[in-house]
Amino acid sequence: MSSPGVLRRWRPFLTGHLPVLPFVVFALFPFYHMVVTSLKSDAELYNPLKVPLWIEEGPTLAHYGLLAQETLFPRWYLNTLAVSGLTTALSVAIGLLAAYALARLRFRGVIAFGVAIFITYLVPPTLLFLPLAIVVNQLGLSDSLWSLVVTYPTFLVPFNSWLLMGYLRTIPKELEECAMIDGCNRVQALLRIILPVAMPGIICALLFSFTFSWGEFLYSLVFISSAERRTLAVGVVSDLIRGDVFYWGSLMAGAVLASLPIVVVYVLFMDYYVKGLTAGSVKG
Amino acid sequence: MPDGSGGRPNESAAGDAAGPSPRPLPCGVGEVGGGHGVGGRVVGLAGPTRIARIPWGSERLAGYAFIAPAAAIIVGLVGYPFALALWFSVSDAWVGEFGRFVGLANYRRLLQNSIFRQTLQNSIVFTASSVALKTVLGLALALLLYRIHGFRRLIRGAVLMPFVIPTALSTLGWWWLFQPTYGVLNWTLKRLGMITTDIPWLADPYLAMLSVVIVNTWRGLPFYAMTILAGLMAIPREYYEAAEADGAGAWYRFRHITLPLIKPVLGIVVLFSTILTLADFNIVFVLTKGGPMNMTHLFSTLSFQLGTAGGKISDGAAVSLFLFPVLVAVVTLQLRIIRRQTAYE
Repeated sequence: MSSPGVLRRWRPFLTGHLPVLPFVVFALFPFYHMVVTSLKSDAELYNPLKVPLWIEEGPTLAHYGLLAQETLFPRWYLNTLAVSGLTTALSVAIGLLAAYALARLRFRGVIAFGVAIFITYLVPPTLLFLPLAIVVNQLGLSDSLWSLVVTYPTFLVPFNSWLLMGYLRTIPKELEECAMIDGCNRVQALLRIILPVAMPGIICALLFSFTFSWGEFLYSLVFISSAERRTLAVGVVSDLIRGDVFYWGSLMAGAVLASLPIVVVYVLFMDYYVKGLTAGSVKG
Repeated sequence: MPDGSGGRPNESAAGDAAGPSPRPLPCGVGEVGGGHGVGGRVVGLAGPTRIARIPWGSERLAGYAFIAPAAAIIVGLVGYPFALALWFSVSDAWVGEFGRFVGLANYRRLLQNSIFRQTLQNSIVFTASSVALKTVLGLALALLLYRIHGFRRLIRGAVLMPFVIPTALSTLGWWWLFQPTYGVLNWTLKRLGMITTDIPWLADPYLAMLSVVIVNTWRGLPFYAMTILAGLMAIPREYYEAAEADGAGAWYRFRHITLPLIKPVLGIVVLFSTILTLADFNIVFVLTKGGPMNMTHLFSTLSFQLGTAGGKISDGAAVSLFLFPVLVAVVTLQLRIIRRQTAYE
């Protein structure tokens, strides 16, 4: 049936694409099913005779409408956008400065600082959320979105410093040295010479910081108690689940809508995510 | 890399800068020839002969100014809370009170507590099985991605998705898949004739553990696959060509070329992942809240339950500090791997 020529032509497909298919389905199916569920009418959703894998009776936006009208969802969106935008900008700026010092400058304590950054980078947020809640309270930021702006940098800054330090080390030192001979001071050299050349690394740091703060869950769950100050992930998980009665349609609609900005950013900048991950400097 | 564009931004920026700061700053040009290469070893940073030729003051001041914000965060928002956690774990602090010193009483009480012991056991089972699954599947996926050429970008993009989507939200999707009456998992198994009654995925203690392990594996797989893939791509092709020329089979090449050469990468990934898997919160919190019968509690979910819902900060802090010895071990091993790698370079 199969001549050697045909076999050779299909070989890459049979040994590569075919076996990778289960992995792709495994990775994507939960999202696909979330979208399908969010677009189904309740009548179809809870009818055991219907196939749950696709929509049989036509899509409906009813669940999305419910989210917009009867929940604080739009408010959570704004909260999350504000917190993520602010923490991302802050922690990339702070991380870039630290990374520059680590990669370029020599002074007493720089090695100790590098080790401290590395250790902090490895500390999981779950280790410190209880005492951090006390600190947030001492700062008078309990139940305020500022508590998140203050605490997210604890995991974003070490991450960005580490990522950008690796990137800055690949930039030849002579670049800014020439500029400084010509009269730039260090800050000018950093802003005018290093910043443009390091842009790919900085975009990478911005993307990862935004992704991490958008999806952060534990701190937001612990530090924020008012419903109208929640971020999306916590709002969807804790406020859209009402007792034993499940609103699966609107719950899935909430999860889809809350993930959407990240998906869009991801699709637009995918190569940066791959690069950041393969730099071996991202924890997952 | 940026080497190619080296000349251009250099000149233009230098031209721009001549105005605002007329005083030329001779800044450490002397050591360029001193062999301080890109990505050089950290140890080389403090060579005394090089320092002599740099205006030490400006570089030191700049250094302290640049690290100040990051250092403030590390000291104030990581170091200080960590000290607080240590204090809480050896005190009888309740919410809003500072408490007094009680020695290791909290730890002792915890170790005698059956729920904590269960949590300890769960954590080991959860971490060991998730990390093992992720390592095996991640290696397999990386090897597959390595040989795929058509639709490469699309496939990588799809495989990376679970890493990008907020975990708490994607876990909600899994929760719905596991739902016994309407969930797609039981529906499929029934359709295939494999089961006749609905499986209570999250209500049965052992299946609940299996479920959280599956979701954690799903979530962590992209990180493993992508990092191992980067390790694979760093292996020089000539090694394989030489082995092939000598008639080495696929398994032999994997066993004697691939595996030894990706060992450092694999080591770092596994260590990284061990601490993060052990410290997982989102998946268990969304799927089971530690139940049924505390059979899926991890350190983080138990300390959340004790520290916030129960109001016993001291117990909660003591629970989460059980992560600390693991953290220390991981950091030490990581630093050793990294140091060994730089020594080879």
